[in-house]
Amino acid sequence: MVQSLVHVCLTGISAGMFIWLVASGLTLIFGVLRVLNFAHGSFYMLGAYLCYTFLRFAGVNFWLGVLLGPLVVCVVGYFMERFLLRRVYPLELPYQLLLTFAMVLIFDELVKMIWGAGSIGSPTVPGLSGSVSIAGRNFPVYNLFIIAVGPLVALGLWAMLEKLWWGRIIRAAASDREMAAAIGIRVPGLYTAVFVFGAWLSALGGALAVPYVGLLTTGMGEAIIIEAFVVVVIGGLGSLKGAFLGALVIGLLTSFGTRFIPTLDMFLTFILMAVVLLWRPQGFFAEADR
Amino acid sequence: MNRWWTYILSALVLALLIWIGLFSSRFVLYLSMRVMILAIFAMGYNILFGRTGLLSFGHAAFYATGAYGVALCTIHVHTHPVLAISVGIAAAALMALIIGFFCVRHTEIYFAMLTLAFGMMVFSLMWNVRAVTGGDDGLSGIVRAPINLGFISIPIMKDSQYYFLVLFMFVLSVLLIHRIGQSPFGLVLSGIRENHVRTEFSGLPVKRYRLAAFVISGAFAGLAGALAVLLESNVTPFAAHWSRSADPVLVSLMGGLQTFSGPLVGSVMFVVLREVIERFTHNWMLWFGLILLGIIIGFRGGIVGATASLVKRYSK
Repeated sequence: MVQSLVHVCLTGISAGMFIWLVASGLTLIFGVLRVLNFAHGSFYMLGAYLCYTFLRFAGVNFWLGVLLGPLVVCVVGYFMERFLLRRVYPLELPYQLLLTFAMVLIFDELVKMIWGAGSIGSPTVPGLSGSVSIAGRNFPVYNLFIIAVGPLVALGLWAMLEKLWWGRIIRAAASDREMAAAIGIRVPGLYTAVFVFGAWLSALGGALAVPYVGLLTTGMGEAIIIEAFVVVVIGGLGSLKGAFLGALVIGLLTSFGTRFIPTLDMFLTFILMAVVLLWRPQGFFAEADR
Repeated sequence: MNRWWTYILSALVLALLIWIGLFSSRFVLYLSMRVMILAIFAMGYNILFGRTGLLSFGHAAFYATGAYGVALCTIHVHTHPVLAISVGIAAAALMALIIGFFCVRHTEIYFAMLTLAFGMMVFSLMWNVRAVTGGDDGLSGIVRAPINLGFISIPIMKDSQYYFLVLFMFVLSVLLIHRIGQSPFGLVLSGIRENHVRTEFSGLPVKRYRLAAFVISGAFAGLAGALAVLLESNVTPFAAHWSRSADPVLVSLMGGLQTFSGPLVGSVMFVVLREVIERFTHNWMLWFGLILLGIIIGFRGGIVGATASLVKRYSK
């Protein structure tokens, strides 16, 4: 029983780390741009498919694929923000949501056109493909690696936002756009940078998910964006700390749910989301003053 | 003058719809029924979205509730279509009342997220409670029994017969929704969209009005789902999935938000464009996404808005 609990925990944490990578970009973009990006899951999917393509057809090593795939997604993100999203900032919320939703449809179909509608089996990573014995049972090394990557990204983000000068600029623009512009920050360029960076985080999650998920499907973007929405809502829209804890909670809830009450695991997730929205709409882990 | 044009245009559309019902091929009949069902869904949805200004991502749940209501009623209770459709609408309205009770506490993005959460709860229940809903297989083999009115029994088994029931419901819905739009109630909803603080200061219970709009739009979604399940004779949980909730929004957007005929025109466009594009390519969604982008970036009034401004420009 204890062995099984340990494994359910570890599985939940590693699943949560992927959601965290998507949710971190999502919440960062929302915090600064005030746009909830439905297409963020598509960046995750694109990151995964591109990484796979670099591995399979360019024959590069996995780590190079993880580097290159998300970079291509950054270019996609740049064009999306610069030429589409920028035009709808002054409009009402529905237009912004629907624009990103239209992008989901377009990205999904493009992926189907380029890579085909079927699932693609993904390769394993040399050096990380084995498993180690934890509490008397085997656990994949790669999942442990993911459990290490998540907090590292969180630490990096925290250091960037709190310690570096351009992190302060981002925070300034997030809290008051007009004041930031008044003191000489080029807000439109900053928006583009934040959007591209958020896209990169999500695509990084996708690229790292290639060996983890086993199968690449065109539905993977839509599946993770909903989980990321839940996480971002639970953590409080715009809060990175909240998103990290929220991702852990949802990862664990899903893995415990699947293990013990498999018929209700999805239901539990959404009940949690609704309860948080009703009870503490500012987010469960958000500071009291926000 | 303008008013007469509206009457003439409505009469022409009605005549065309009746003509389609009497003389068209099965394919056109089927498409027309899909258009009308989608239009009922979208117009009902627009009471909440275009009128009250609340963007819901959970209305597919009410559509699916209506569909499952009909399916369960015909399978377990009685096959009478009037009873089944009433059960479907009542179930959807009740569901909307329960869900709406919680959702109207928020607006804007929090409202959208709440409706998404509740909608997906309904989806997961339909997916997981296999004993009642048939799980991911859904329910199938729903029959269209004749409408027994005691003294006369109207068969709706054939598509050409069922068409007139759909047409009847469609006309009824259009009249009803039009009446709601003209009523003081409809004006209050517009007031809430324009400025909910002022509306509240005028002494009107804004949340109750929002809830009423939510339940009415949920009931129309239920009617659309009920008619759809009788048309297709099966229903799966995917009808409740959040991505289906986007359909009425997209349809309203295509036709034109905040116009009465917008969702109608949008529904025709949606179904017809889909048929046309699918003749040439399998990637209908790609083109649809591109059309949407064009509308959001370029023509935010939609088809109806663009036509209206064109007419205005040339009539001067």
